[in-house]
Amino acid sequence: MSRKKDRPRKSAAEGFSRRDFLKGAGVAVSGGLMVGEKVAVAAPPEGTTQILGPGAVPITLKINGKPHRLNVEPRVTLLDALRDRLDITGAKKVCDRATCGACTVILNGEPVYACTVLAIEAQGKEIQTIESLTAGGKLHPISAAFVEHDAQQCGFCTPGFVMAVKAFLDKNPNPTMQDVEKGLGGNLCRCGTYVGVRQAVLEAAKAMKGGKAHA
Amino acid sequence: MPKCKYDWPEAGERHLIGKRISRLDGPAKSSGHAKYTYDINRPGMLFGKIVACPYAHAKIKSIDTAEAEKLPGVKVHLVQNVGTEIQWAGDEVVYVAAPTEELAKDAVAKVKVEYEVLPHLVHDEDLSKVGDRGKPTAEQKSGDPDTTFKDPDAVISEGFYGTPIITHCCLEAHGQVTEWADAQNLKVWATTQNVSGLPGAIGEAIGVPATNIEIFTPYMGGGFGSKFGPDRWGIECSKFSKETGKPIKMMLDRDLELIMAGSRPSHYAKVRVAAKKDGTISAWESDSWSTGGPAGGGKPPIPYVLDIPNQVTRHTSVATNTGPARAWRAPNHPQAAVLTMCALDDLAAKLNMDPIEFFHKNAELAGERGETYRQELMKAQELSDWKTLWHPRGDKTPGNMKRGLGVSMHTWGGRGHNSNCDVTIHPDGSVQVALGSQDLGTGTRTVIAITAAETLGLPLEAITVEIGDSKYPASGASGGSTTVGGVSASTRRGTIDARDQLFAAVAPSLGVQPDQLEAVGGKIQVKGDSSKSLIWKQACAKLGVKSIQVRGKNPGPCTLGMSGVGGVEIADVSVDTETGLVKMNKMVCVQDCGLILDMKTAESQCYGAMIMGVTYSLFEEKIMDEATGRMVNPNMEFYKLAGIGDIGEMVVHMMTGPGYDERGVIGLGEPPVISPGAAISNAVANAIGVRVPTIPITPDKVLAALEKGGMA
Repeated sequence: MSRKKDRPRKSAAEGFSRRDFLKGAGVAVSGGLMVGEKVAVAAPPEGTTQILGPGAVPITLKINGKPHRLNVEPRVTLLDALRDRLDITGAKKVCDRATCGACTVILNGEPVYACTVLAIEAQGKEIQTIESLTAGGKLHPISAAFVEHDAQQCGFCTPGFVMAVKAFLDKNPNPTMQDVEKGLGGNLCRCGTYVGVRQAVLEAAKAMKGGKAHA
Repeated sequence: MPKCKYDWPEAGERHLIGKRISRLDGPAKSSGHAKYTYDINRPGMLFGKIVACPYAHAKIKSIDTAEAEKLPGVKVHLVQNVGTEIQWAGDEVVYVAAPTEELAKDAVAKVKVEYEVLPHLVHDEDLSKVGDRGKPTAEQKSGDPDTTFKDPDAVISEGFYGTPIITHCCLEAHGQVTEWADAQNLKVWATTQNVSGLPGAIGEAIGVPATNIEIFTPYMGGGFGSKFGPDRWGIECSKFSKETGKPIKMMLDRDLELIMAGSRPSHYAKVRVAAKKDGTISAWESDSWSTGGPAGGGKPPIPYVLDIPNQVTRHTSVATNTGPARAWRAPNHPQAAVLTMCALDDLAAKLNMDPIEFFHKNAELAGERGETYRQELMKAQELSDWKTLWHPRGDKTPGNMKRGLGVSMHTWGGRGHNSNCDVTIHPDGSVQVALGSQDLGTGTRTVIAITAAETLGLPLEAITVEIGDSKYPASGASGGSTTVGGVSASTRRGTIDARDQLFAAVAPSLGVQPDQLEAVGGKIQVKGDSSKSLIWKQACAKLGVKSIQVRGKNPGPCTLGMSGVGGVEIADVSVDTETGLVKMNKMVCVQDCGLILDMKTAESQCYGAMIMGVTYSLFEEKIMDEATGRMVNPNMEFYKLAGIGDIGEMVVHMMTGPGYDERGVIGLGEPPVISPGAAISNAVANAIGVRVPTIPITPDKVLAALEKGGMA
């Protein structure tokens, strides 16, 4: 699965010196050069190889604490299962190949690009989507900070960003601005809301420490 | 002159206007509950996919859909017929629809189309290689450029500058969900900048009255000028839905989104520009060319901002086999800024002048707004610490990291568009403003609510704003920074008229004439006597059972917004001469746009534009392959957008107060996105001592420029 934390990131200022390597390539921290990354699929225990598909198979996905049963072909991504089959549409489909982060959900505590995780792989795991953050009807401190600092315009990247921020702050409760810029390099915005996002993340970190933390 | 009754309130009377107000739809968006077109799922809905032509220029010889139609539940719709000449790789030939996206992809693979491949042209940077695809347009001349350039005292700078085609890359891809409610009535959930315009456009194309078509766009995920029309997919899917009897969702896959759903035309130019020894700009000569795809490319507005007295311009339109052009935020202006402001920066360098001093000296060439530009230049100079950090061309400090600063200026119109709104005040005190507008993420909902609440003396949450549905009164398309001026003016007029009707209903019970009343602080009260008042709800109860409903319009009486804004941007960069990488240290934007309704979302427009500017200056290019004629980077790992760590520090200063506010509400979406290309290019030239002629300023180009300049 494509765990974001496994993706190496380099800031524009470090790590490159060979001119030939760079010819023709602008380098963005979005990790655009890191293609061809291996998608590791959990190997089944020896001697128990199970072949699924190509037809639909019954699966159960535990989403925001609730089990959902559905039939999907093994090729169906977690993102398409959420959006097309279950009408859970907070995670957005944008690049559909693990670049932009608009589909970010949290799988067993790790942020993942749902477009690059197969639905069948997500069985037996805790899948947390943006919808879980307002389960109590109250705006989550991260979402509230996005509103306060206007860290959204069209809003299409926002749910993915909020989930990436949640996973990031869960592991980095006291981030510096530098941490924020590195840790959230896997989410792209076209309207240009990063100034607000940077402020929102730092503010949300403070708010969540103030005893207002949500699940 | 007596104050017109619809005029915006004076500074001292504003309670909401100009404050920092959070966007109203912020919670819906940041909690994931906002439903976009892409999120709409209808019962029995099919997923549409496109069979696209793989050749840049070809004739369709045959189409065979039999195998695709054998797949369970798959439907097919021909978009183009045998014999049609295709003009770009990615153009649509056949649509398929299936109960799942996966099956629709299978069906695409089963459609067989044969083509006769024809010769193509996809590059236009080198005009000598475009052959008969280049069509020169008439030379334009004013003053006496020939004599001026021959003046022995003239200082002349010559250069080549340019910007390639870039795409819009809206995060919500183009597309729609089409559903026939019955045989006559069509519903379309569309990601559009033009809610009120789509029923007519679709209706005309499919032979259905506009009144039978309803468009829904409660939220939309970015347009930037690329989402005005119904597009072929909107029209053909309306037919396809009717043929199949099912709702069809067709959103473009990312590759097709980048290939054909938006491109900003390229612009290149060879420029000669002259000044007197004292730095007074005297003459301009340019040979420009551009492409926006098969239809060629128009002339950019050059020389830009400054009307140089002696000038001659020649332009060639080049037709290429690339996806067709669409308006891209501030059409042609960012390109014109690069061609002009980089040429002038090179001239300033040749004159050994500080470019801010140089622009300051020539500001009167900007016409009546020259003095505004001077103020903005000074403010930007201060905020960028220019006097400390700027140096003549080429950072002479040791080491491979070179720092530089660059400046550019821009202009835009931004007058409010035509807009109608219905303002309703109900006897229970609730207030609704409804109009067929749309919020692209600029904050349209929020400025409508601010305008209504300010006028009625109510808190923001007392106003219900309904937009994003074509059943509401027609309001203009959101393009050219015209929305805020249009919707705020119609809302202001509508709410003033509604308020006056309420005054008339309430006046008898307060024992005064209606014109002695004011709406302030949630009350209707006698002017200057707050003891004689009714709270809003009590006042509205006087309406009995009859609501007030008023149509607000723009244009209308009183001038609520003018046209014409300006701005100055400064970029501060560091360039690594070993790797060619450009790093943003800081960017400053100083911008005027008349009366600002919401300072928070106004600043966001500037931040967003600057970030988009960093992106197109350093990363973005639609890269075409000469051999195959295809776009080689139709995805988001190689069509790069700046990330959160690429942008550096950003500073925005809005020019407000006397001299600005009385110009009324003027649009802001376009102007701040114009200058970044030139400002960043000029900063790089200032850092490394040589010009990188075209944006994006990628490492390879920096290294090539250093080598050419003998500095590698």
